Amino acid sequence: MSAALLELVEKYALVVAFALVGVVMLVSYQASRLFTRGRVHGSAIAIFLGLLAAVVVGFTTGGRKGVADLPLLAGIGTMGGAMFRDLAIVATAYGVRIEDLRASGVHGVVSLVVGLFVAFAAGVAVALAFGVRDPVALTTLGAGAATYIVGPVTGAALGASSEIIALSIAAGLVKAILVMIATPALARTIGLDNPRAAMIFGGVMGTNSGVIAGLAATDPKLVPYGAMTATFYTGLGCLLGPSVMFFLVQFLAGSNG
Amino acid sequence: MVFYGTALLAGCLFAGLAIGQIIGSAFGIESDIGGVGIAMLLLIGTTTWLSRRGRWAPTCAPGVQYWGDIYIPIVVAMAASQNVRGALVGGGLALAAGIASVALAFGTVALLIRRFGREAS
Repeated sequence: MSAALLELVEKYALVVAFALVGVVMLVSYQASRLFTRGRVHGSAIAIFLGLLAAVVVGFTTGGRKGVADLPLLAGIGTMGGAMFRDLAIVATAYGVRIEDLRASGVHGVVSLVVGLFVAFAAGVAVALAFGVRDPVALTTLGAGAATYIVGPVTGAALGASSEIIALSIAAGLVKAILVMIATPALARTIGLDNPRAAMIFGGVMGTNSGVIAGLAATDPKLVPYGAMTATFYTGLGCLLGPSVMFFLVQFLAGSNG
Repeated sequence: MVFYGTALLAGCLFAGLAIGQIIGSAFGIESDIGGVGIAMLLLIGTTTWLSRRGRWAPTCAPGVQYWGDIYIPIVVAMAASQNVRGALVGGGLALAAGIASVALAFGTVALLIRRFGREAS
């Protein structure tokens, strides 16, 4: 009996995921209303619960896909995977005003470039403080401070060691998760309350998952604007990482050494 | 038909990703450049164009809107399938690099928004 039931859960993994996530949403939105009088957005609570579940299961299974490493919850991985995520995020653009995009396009581009340099600088500076001196390792870690995709792509292109690449992925993960948690808390302080601000935010932060989840927990109307610029960040980072950033690091290392 | 909306959305996403991939490989990198952003522009462009010509039936819209409405649950599922353990056990360097990057980025966003981020009214 229970074996048949388990088989059913695995066979209909995505359906189980829809139902389960629905329960998490319900609990989170009720908790937001009852315990915080709506001050902490229900989606922020739900995203936090998701991350918490991912930690608990991650330490239990030792896997890399959070709760999706449990066969019974594999559907959560499908539901939260790139395919559904991109489909839903693109759909949020329906109803976006073209004028808003056109008026803020330049700001988006500028914030992308600024954001990439800021992230690389932060990563390289921290790596230097930890005693890293090799230009390849420095650049890879700087790239990891951009996103957890820019890190390994840059590291692979430059021939970094697998330990350094793993570190760069970890740095990018820390960033994505911090942005998810910190954005709703800091949004008001930094003036993140309109489409143009959201485009700047997406461009500077760049971490797709962090930006989308952070804005979702702040103001759902801002999501498409942030997602629009953030989507260019990883690609641009992969382009600049092994080229411009590496030359810069080499140049600076050479002039100091 | 509602599904026309979903089909258009799917078409725009795939076309956007393909274009992003082509741009990426033109620069010799394996990641796509702006695929989702291009898909968003395609969706905005095609729906605007279709409705101007009177070819976008109101019944199609829910086929797009439903997906836009469920992105929060999808993001929750995404959060639950992140490698959060990897972020926590990545060591001091990874933790410090991530924190420094986010702190600096928030400072930068605050500055840029104060300078440029007001709605043009």
